[in-house]
Formats: sequence, C-alpha cells, structure tokens
Amino acid sequence: MNTSVIELDNLQKIYRTGDVEVRAVNGVSLRIERGDFVAIMGSSGSGKSTLMNMLGCLDQPTGGQYRLNGVDVARLSRAELSRLRNLKIGFVFQCFNLLSRTSACENVELPLFYTNPHVPLRDRRERAIEALQKVGLGERLYNHPNQLSGGQQQRVAIARALVNKPELVLADEPTGNLDTRTSIEVMGLFQELNDAGITVIMVTHELDIAAYCKRIIVMRDGRIIRDEVNAARLFANDQRAALDASEQHASLS
Amino acid sequence: MIQELTSPLLRVGLTAMIAFRALRRNKLRSTLTALGIIIGVASVVSIMALGRGTQKRIQDEVSSLGSNLLVIFSKSRRTSAAAAGSGQSGNLTLEDVKAIRREIRIVKALSPEVTLTAQAVANGRNWSTTIAGESHDYLQIRDWALTRGSMFTERELSTSARVAVIGSRTSRELFGPLNPVGQTVRIKNMPFTIIGQLKSKGAGMGGGDQDDRIVIPYTTAMRRLTGEKYPRLVTLQIHSDDLMSAAQEQITALLRQRHRLTEERNNDFEIVNQKEIADTVDNITNTLTFLLGGIAGLSLLVGGIGIMNIMLVSVTERTREIGTRIAVGAQPRDILLQFLIESITLCLLGGAIGIALGYGVSAGATMIPNFHPSVSIGSIVVAFGISFAVGVFFGFYPARKAAKMNPIAALRFE
Repeated sequence: MNTSVIELDNLQKIYRTGDVEVRAVNGVSLRIERGDFVAIMGSSGSGKSTLMNMLGCLDQPTGGQYRLNGVDVARLSRAELSRLRNLKIGFVFQCFNLLSRTSACENVELPLFYTNPHVPLRDRRERAIEALQKVGLGERLYNHPNQLSGGQQQRVAIARALVNKPELVLADEPTGNLDTRTSIEVMGLFQELNDAGITVIMVTHELDIAAYCKRIIVMRDGRIIRDEVNAARLFANDQRAALDASEQHASLS
Repeated sequence: MIQELTSPLLRVGLTAMIAFRALRRNKLRSTLTALGIIIGVASVVSIMALGRGTQKRIQDEVSSLGSNLLVIFSKSRRTSAAAAGSGQSGNLTLEDVKAIRREIRIVKALSPEVTLTAQAVANGRNWSTTIAGESHDYLQIRDWALTRGSMFTERELSTSARVAVIGSRTSRELFGPLNPVGQTVRIKNMPFTIIGQLKSKGAGMGGGDQDDRIVIPYTTAMRRLTGEKYPRLVTLQIHSDDLMSAAQEQITALLRQRHRLTEERNNDFEIVNQKEIADTVDNITNTLTFLLGGIAGLSLLVGGIGIMNIMLVSVTERTREIGTRIAVGAQPRDILLQFLIESITLCLLGGAIGIALGYGVSAGATMIPNFHPSVSIGSIVVAFGISFAVGVFFGFYPARKAAKMNPIAALRFE
C-alpha cells in the first residue's frame, strides 16, 4: 500500500459574493502519508479552515483534485460522502459539539447510528465504552457533558471521533477552549492515537500546540507558504512532568 | 464501492430511536408542545362520544314508543288555539276509528285516546295525574309490560267498566310500596278498581313522565268522565315497517272519503309517523355533533401550528447538533426523518393522551341518568389519523429546514 491517505493536487475553493471573488484556498498541492501527524497553522483568513472542511468532505472544492485513500472525492455522491465521513474520518471540534443532556456513552454512540451496515444496539454500547476507556473516561460513561470538565468533554468528543476506527482524525483547534494542563493531556491523547497508527491533522494557531505534531504546514492567503518536519517535537509526557515540577517548585517557594 | 446495506425500515427504526432520545431530553417542552394536540383530540373525541350518547338516547326513546306507529290527530276547523286538540272540535269520530279497523287490514291494532288531568284519591292520599282513556290494545301498541295484574279486556272496554291500570310513579305516590292491584282509586269521585300496574318506562320524547298516569278504557273516560264525543288522537300499529306509507295512504283516502273532502280541500286530520320525527331529531343531533366536532377540530389546527412553531425553535436551537450529526455521517434525509419523527411522535403522543382524556370525559358523563355516551373505535382511529397528519404536515417544514442546513455554518453556529 503505497497510496497516501490524502493527495491534494492544485486544490481550489473560490467563493463569489457579488462581483468579489474570494480565493479561500488557492492552489494547494499536498500529500499526507498514513501515520502522519500534521498541524496546519495560519492566521485567520489564511484558508486553513476552508482546507480542513474540504479534507473532511463537508465542503467540495471548486477546482483541483482531492484523493482520499486514492479515491477521487469529487466523483462521490452526497450519500457516499456521508458514508466516507462516518467510516473513515473522525472529527474533533473546538467547542466539543456534544449533545447536552445526553450521557457520554450516548454521545460516543452517535456516529454508529448512521453507520451502514447497521451496528446492533449491544455492539454500539460496547464500542462506545471501549472508545471511552481508550481516552481514559471508563469511569464516566454515564455522566452528562455538564457534569464533565472541559478536558473531559473534549475526550468524549475524541472518543466519538474514534468509535468507528477511522483512518483519519481531523481536529479543528481542539485545545482552543482548554487550559494549559488539559491542553497537554489532550495533545498526549492525540500522540497516543497517532502512535497507534491513526493519521491526525489538526488546525491550530498556537505554536506550542503545533509543536506536538510531526509536521507543520503554514498557510497564508490560501496557499501553503511553509511545510516542514517538526524538528523540535514536544512530547506530552515530558511536558506534563515539567509542568508538575514547576508547579511543585512554585508552591514550595 | 458503496452499497445500501441497511434496510430502510431499520433506518427508520434507528432514526426513531434518535428522535425519542431527543424528545426525552426535553420532557417539559415536549409535553407543552403536545398540549395543543391533547386538548384538540380530547375535545373531538368527547364531543363525538357525547353526540353518540344523545343519539343512543333518542333511539331508546323511539323504541320505547313501540314500533311501526302512526298517530292520527284531528285538525280543528276552528282557529281558536284552545279548541285545537281539546277533542271538542272533533272531526275524527269513533265511527272513523271503527271504519279504519274494519277496512284497513294492515292495521294491526289501534287505540283512540282521550286524556284529562284529574285528582286521583286512594289510600287516603291525593295525587294529580294524567288519566288516559285507551283501548285494550294500548299496551301491545306501546310495547309496554305490566309488573302486576292484567290489562282490561275488550269486554270491559265495551261495557265502559270502571277499571284502571296504574303507572308505576302514580302507584308509588298513592300506595307507596304496597300492591295497588285490587285497590280502589277515586277519579272525579268515581271509584275505579285497579287491575294492573305498569312497568316503569322513564321520560318520554317530550320529557314528560310516562310513568305518572292512569290508563282506563276510552269508553269509560268519554262517557263517565269527560262527556266528549271524539277521541283526541288515535294511535295505530301497522303490521310491518314497509307497510307504513301504504297504511298512511289508505287511511288518508278512507278518511277523506268519509269526511267528504273534495279535491281542493285540505285534510282535516293529520297523520304523523313517529319514526320520521325521531329520524329528523336524530339527523339534527348528528349534524350538531359534526359541527361541534369540526369546531373542536380547529383547535387541532391551532395545536399543529404550535408544534410547527416549537419545532422551528428547536431546529434553530439545535443547529450545532444538526451540524455534528451531518459531520459524523448523517445524510440530509436522516435529519429530515429525525425531525419529522419527533413531530409525529409528539402528535401521536398528544393524540393518545387526548383520547384518554376524551374517554374520561365520556365516562364522567355516564353519571347522567339515562345517558350513555360511548367512544367509538372509529373516532379513535380518526383522532390518531388526524394527529399523524398534523404531525407530518406541520413537522415537514421545520424538518426540511433542518435537513437543508449547511454543515459548516451549522457547526460554527453560536
């Protein structure tokens, strides 16, 4: 299997509002291999979110080609795109987007309702519990989102993204609403998933979050201006230990 | 590469599960939303039940009159209202009655009637009641049974015997729980021997108490009590239902000939088919029931608009939920189906509660004596059908709005 997970060839997204033409994504060519861990950075308006939406098959490009697992996405019907999102892609959002007044377990089950072929009730529950255990929430299966901390909520969202065993996890500012410690924990979780072979692509504008990734892509005005391997990669375990040490030091002094 | 593997039915089932969970998350709102439908269905169901009860009551009263009855009234030649129907104005004679009996074979039985109100004295008590002079066939015509004793005979009729059959109410007023048969009752100072007691029949069509009366031979009533020469009316029983109009025609012809009425003169008598009157009343009740039911149905419409309103609010409020669902693999039709099922479920649930309430109202109304409203299977089916239709009709627009959402915008919705 030498196909890349993602192959973009001169990908374009042009919006027209009246006479004004907005080139949100203006000719992006990119390959992302299986098992990669990519941060896409850029200021707002750089086109990183638009690119992310197209990678997630929520939006169709107006030009160029996008091959996901070697399949040209432009040729798929809406139903086929839905199925692709359901089986191959896991989404993690900045605001978690969990259903309120719904247990963690039921939240994680959500994608399985739409899985085709049908996943029986018992399997749905089992797989949801398994995914929650994987993100360290095995003790909180039946808590509602308002009974969970921000970090825990984001972990439920990550469990939801994982429940269908996707090849690709797309995360849009996953630590944007979290404090430093929980951000490190969430990044550690992504690093674990990546070590297990899942390709992770993450949009962020924080350099210290991007530092956890293997590869950093920087965008500006709809184009990639930099694409390099992250030489100074951080690891969540080290960072957590460092944070513990500094806090201990602070409390002693 | 992609085949449709999940059966549509299973898909609907799964979506229904999602919809139920969503409704359960918002119990109070769901209940309030369904309230409009609850009230609408409850009023339709109970009005239909009460209407049915009224009809049943009318039918009972009709059958309590006896079957295949015609009544001949004499029409007064004079215009005075007081004279009309008093019997004094009579152009319907006992000879006419005899002629009808003799010549019209399809008349099974008949009874000329004179009535008066008088004090009945017996057992040291005094009671003002209706004295009805009738023939010996009267009880058969009215399909009326005796609890005690017997009816007077043709012989007692022809001899103007002073015998009486007493109604259950009159008997209670005069004799309490005692057996009145064999006792004497004085009417206008004339002693009558009570030979029978009538079974209770309840209120009549006009609302008067049929059980408060004393029945005596019409000959006795005319000769000894009133001195009238003419019966006030004649009740006839015809052999069968399909001969009713034939009997009406034959009697009309006979009476016109006997009264020597020429072509251009109107009848000086009137023949009334009691079943026809009852049918008319029945029809009016029916129309009223449907009219009221229709007005109650309007509240269903209002309830439906309420559902649409709340569903629209709900769709807007749950924009991010919809975006999330689409992101994790829901297709627009899944979203459409989910919201449609939510609104249909609300309506059916409201319908079920409404039917239960309507049933309760109808059950409460059975406490009214002689009134038996009943909820028909038909009205339950119709109520459910309408609830379903309201759910689909008023749920479709919000559901389509949800399904048409752009997932990217929906996910970022604040």
